[in-house]
Amino acid sequence: MIRLPLALFFSAVLFSAGVYGVLARRNAVLVLMSIELMLNAANLALVAFGQRHGTPSGQVLVFFVMCVAAAEVAVGLAIIVSIFRMRRRLSVDDLSHLRY
Amino acid sequence: MTAQEWVFTALAVVGSLAAFRLVTTTNVVHGALFLVVALAAVGGAYLLLAAEFVAWVQVLIYVGAIVILFLFGLMLTRAPIGRAALDNQQRGIAFVIAVLMLGGLVYLVQSAFPWDSASKIAPTAGAGSTATIGDSLFRSYVLPFEAVSFLLLAALIGALVLSRRDDR
Repeated sequence: MIRLPLALFFSAVLFSAGVYGVLARRNAVLVLMSIELMLNAANLALVAFGQRHGTPSGQVLVFFVMCVAAAEVAVGLAIIVSIFRMRRRLSVDDLSHLRY
Repeated sequence: MTAQEWVFTALAVVGSLAAFRLVTTTNVVHGALFLVVALAAVGGAYLLLAAEFVAWVQVLIYVGAIVILFLFGLMLTRAPIGRAALDNQQRGIAFVIAVLMLGGLVYLVQSAFPWDSASKIAPTAGAGSTATIGDSLFRSYVLPFEAVSFLLLAALIGALVLSRRDDR
């Protein structure tokens, strides 16, 4: 018997930490890790609401979100590795060729 | 607060601390290990919410595969260490934005689901069980299921192509 707002507070804290990580980090791998934190916060909220209403749809959606997150991490890390091979450094501040 | 809520609060504190340390640490490999703790705490939260299927899928996929991917990525890109290498100039504004977002979300949750009269997540016997999820996945959600399998195939091929060296 867990109250719904307790799970939602945990999800909110994880999401805010992820937002800070995405905005304040310079290394691309750390930015990806913060995105994973945000995805987990959303998953937790989905599961909490699904269990509160008694439908399995919450968990099914979480299953899909996890598959999409796995695919995104694989492709994102492949991009990061090839960027590192070209430029030998991974600071997202330097990756500004497409600007202006 | 019931006993489950105490255990959930303990898990939430551990997971939140790990998340804070992940976004503020100066050592990237430590950050990956803090991510493991945070993801495991979320998996434990799923177990407490009686969602055992996603709890074990979380441990399998997130902790077991995605964190390994991150560690390989860190090893291949020669993870730097130190505050200057890892944080950019916008830390102050980022902190303000994150605190505002946390405050906004907490206020939203508190106004929509007040603490004293909040509905309890009391899952009935078979509501979130694996059999129900499998049933729903292969009946109502079979089309997204097939689409996700295409997505995984595309991601696999894309990652292979992107990380191939140019010399044949």
